[in-house]
Amino acid sequence: MTGDVMTEIPRRDPRREWIARNRLHPDHDRVLAELGQGSAAAIEWMGPHGVMRKNPHAAGFIGPNGLRRIDRSGLQQGGAPSAAARGRQESRRRVEIASPAFLIAVVPEMSGGRLSHHDRDLLGLARQLADADPERPGAVLAVFFGSYKGEGEGEPKERALGEAGIDRLLHLTSDEYDGFAPQARIAALAAAERELSPRHWLLPDSPLGGADLGRRLAVRLDERAATGVWQVEADETCMLGWRCTARGAAGSLDIQRPLPRVALVLAECAEPVSETLHAAEELALNIELPANLARIEDLGQVAVDPGSVSLGEAEFILSAGNGVSDWDGFHHAARCLRATEGASRVAVDNGFMPRDRQVGATGTWVTARVYVAVGISGAIQHLQGIQSCEKVVAINSDPGCDMVKRADLAVIADASEVLAALVDLVESRRSQANRGESRDAA
Amino acid sequence: MQPDSRPFEVAVLLSVGRHPLTGRARRADHDARGLELALGLSRNLDRLQVRVLHAGHHDADNDAALRGYLGMGLEALTLVEQPAGADVIPALADVLAMAPPQLVVTGSRAECGEGSGLVPYALAERLGWPLVNGVVEVESIDKGVATLLQALPRGQRRRLTVRLPAILSVDAAAPAARQSAFGPAQRGALDSLQEVAIIDEELTEWTFSPARRRPKRLKIIKATSARERFKAAAAKAEGGGGQVLSNVTPEQGAEAVYKLLEEEGVLR
Ligand SMILES: Cc1cc2nc3c(=O)[nH]c(=O)nc-3n(C[C@H](O)[C@H](O)[C@H](O)COP(=O)(O)OP(=O)(O)OC[C@H]3O[C@@H](n4cnc5c(N)ncnc54)[C@H](O)[C@@H]3O)c2cc1C
Repeated sequence: MTGDVMTEIPRRDPRREWIARNRLHPDHDRVLAELGQGSAAAIEWMGPHGVMRKNPHAAGFIGPNGLRRIDRSGLQQGGAPSAAARGRQESRRRVEIASPAFLIAVVPEMSGGRLSHHDRDLLGLARQLADADPERPGAVLAVFFGSYKGEGEGEPKERALGEAGIDRLLHLTSDEYDGFAPQARIAALAAAERELSPRHWLLPDSPLGGADLGRRLAVRLDERAATGVWQVEADETCMLGWRCTARGAAGSLDIQRPLPRVALVLAECAEPVSETLHAAEELALNIELPANLARIEDLGQVAVDPGSVSLGEAEFILSAGNGVSDWDGFHHAARCLRATEGASRVAVDNGFMPRDRQVGATGTWVTARVYVAVGISGAIQHLQGIQSCEKVVAINSDPGCDMVKRADLAVIADASEVLAALVDLVESRRSQANRGESRDAA
Repeated sequence: MQPDSRPFEVAVLLSVGRHPLTGRARRADHDARGLELALGLSRNLDRLQVRVLHAGHHDADNDAALRGYLGMGLEALTLVEQPAGADVIPALADVLAMAPPQLVVTGSRAECGEGSGLVPYALAERLGWPLVNGVVEVESIDKGVATLLQALPRGQRRRLTVRLPAILSVDAAAPAARQSAFGPAQRGALDSLQEVAIIDEELTEWTFSPARRRPKRLKIIKATSARERFKAAAAKAEGGGGQVLSNVTPEQGAEAVYKLLEEEGVLR
C-alpha cells in the first residue's frame, strides 16, 4: 500500500487508534493486525499525542508457569524498526570537515601500535579545542610513528581512528623513526609544523615517550610548553582563547596559565570522543630527514630478568591459580616465555607463590599489556586487579568461569598440558630462528 | 696535547628539592641520583673531574640542601648567582659554554617552582648537544662515545650510544643516591659565580596554588532504556567478544596463544 518512504511521516487515523485501544470493539483484532504491519498484532504505535502506545496484551510470551512474561530488553519487540532508524542507531554521527579553519595536531604515543586510553583522552581534548566555534571548525591532525596494530588496515583502521576523533592522519612508517630516534621524529614534526602550521600541538605527558618527544618539540619550536596539563577551559582573555591548569613542582602545585601552542597533557584531561565519526583522511607529506642524524644510536632493548620487574609495571604476566598442579612446569614456562610471574590469592595462600606476586584487590593492580591466566577462575577480587590489562588469555578447564568471559582468548583445556605444548612451541621456533640466523651469518 | 692528560669532565646540575610531606628544602631526589651517576663514573674512567653547578642564591633556607650535595663527597659547589624568579637557562648555558664539559648530568624535573622538566631540553637545544633522557647507567666511555642504558617504562632497559659532548637526564629509575655525610658537608665550599640574571616575565603572570585533588572521572552511561542503565550499573565482567577454543588439543591451544603473544610483540 504505502512505500517505506511514506511510513516515515506519521499519518494518524484517530478512529483506528481508538479501536486499537478498545479491546472490546469487534474490529479490534483486525485493526491491531493492520497497525502491526504484518505481524500478528500491533505492539507499538504512535498515539494521538505523538506518544508511543504499547499493547501489553499482544506483547510477550506465556512463561512456563502459565503467566505472561514481557521482556523489556527490546530484543523481542515486534514491528521491526525501519531501515533508516536502524542505521541511525548503529553508526555515530558522521562529521566531515572539508576545509578546516585551523589544525590541532596530536602526537599519540601508540604504545604497542594502538591508541591507548591516554591517547583517546588527548584526542577528546583536541576535539574540544577544534570544535569550540561551530562556525569555524578546526580539524584534528594525528601524527603516528611506526606501524599500526589496531583493527587491521584500510576501512576498519580508518573507522577505528575516525571514531577516536581524527580528521587528518599523517602516518610515518619509515625505519628511521623506530626505536629511540628523537632527532628523526623531531625533524618530521618540524616539517609538519612548517607545512601545516597547526594552532596547537598536544602530546601525552607520559613516560612511554610522549613526555620526551613533547619537550623536544617545544624547545625546537621555541615555545614554552605547558606540562602536566590536566584541565583546559575557554578564556577569552588569553591569547589563543584557552586557559589551562597544569601540575608543577613534582605534582604539588597547580599552575594556571594561558594554554601555549605546545601542551603536554595528563591522562583523563577530557572525555574521549564517543558520539561522532570523523574522516581520518590520510595526508602525505614530503619529509626530508637531515642526513647526519647518528649522534644517538639505538642498540636495541636489553634482556631484563623478568623476575626483577615489579608486578605492577610488568608488561607480560603469566599468572597461576588453583588450577595449576605442576608448579615446576609453570615456572619453567614463565622462564621460557620471559614473562613475569603472578598468582591468584589461592595459589599464594597455599604457599606455592610468594605474597608479592599476588594479583588482585588485596594484591597488586597490574597494568600488563598481556595477561595470561592459567587455572584462575576469575573471582571479582582477582578481575579487579587486571582491569587495565589490554589482552587477557585464559587457560582453564571450565568453559563457564568468569575468567573465560573476561578473556580475549580462552583455551579450554588442561593447564599443564597447554603450558607444556606452549613451551615446546616457543623453544622450537626459537631454535629455528637461531638456525636461520647462523645460516645467514655463514 | 695528549688526549689522556686531561681529566674527563662532567658537570652536574643541581637544584634545591622539597620534601613532599614536610615541605622542607632537601637534596632533590633526581638530581642527587644524577650526582651519584656522575660520581660512579670513576669506575669507568681513570681521571674524572666532577663539577657541580647550582643556579640560584644561597640563603639559610637552602643551605642544608646544598650542603647535602657536598656531603656526598664533593669539595666545592659552584653557585651561579641568580635572584629568585630568574630564568636560569641562559645563565647555565653561558657557564657551560664557557668551559664545556664532556658530559652534563641533570635531573629530569625540579621539585619546586614550575618543575616542567624543560631545563635539560632547553640547554641541549641552546648548546646543540644531543640529550638522552632516563639514563640509568653509563656502561662505558670510549673515544668520545658513551654507551648508556636508558630506562623504559615497565622496567625495561635500552642500550644507546651517544657522541659526546652530551646531556644526560636522570629520573627515579636511576640508582639511589648515597647518604650525605655531615662532616664533608660542612667543610665543602660554595664558590659563587656572578652571572647576568634575566627575570622570567612570563612566570609572574601565572597563578600558583597548592595542587587540587583531581576530580574522579565519572562513568558516563549513554543508555536509552531503563534496562540498559540497570545493566551498566550492575555490570560484571562481560564477554567482550573474546574467542573461546573448546575441544582443542593442547597443541592447537598453545598455537593460538603463541599467535596472540607474537602479535602483541611480548615474545622476545
Ligand atoms: C576480601 C577478599 C579479598 C580477596 N583478594 C583477592 C586478591 O587480591 N587476589 C585474588 O586472586 N583473589 C582474592 N580473593 C580470593 C578470590 O575470591 C578467589 O577465591 C580466588 O581469586 C580464587 O583463586 P583461583 O582462581 O586461583 O582458584 P579457584 O577459584 O579454585 O579456580 C581454579 C580454576 O582453575 C581451573 N582448573 C582446575 N584444574 C585445572 C586444570 N587442570 N587445568 C586448567 N584449569 C584448571 C578451574 O576450572 C577453576 O576455574 C579475595 C577474597 C576475599 C574474600
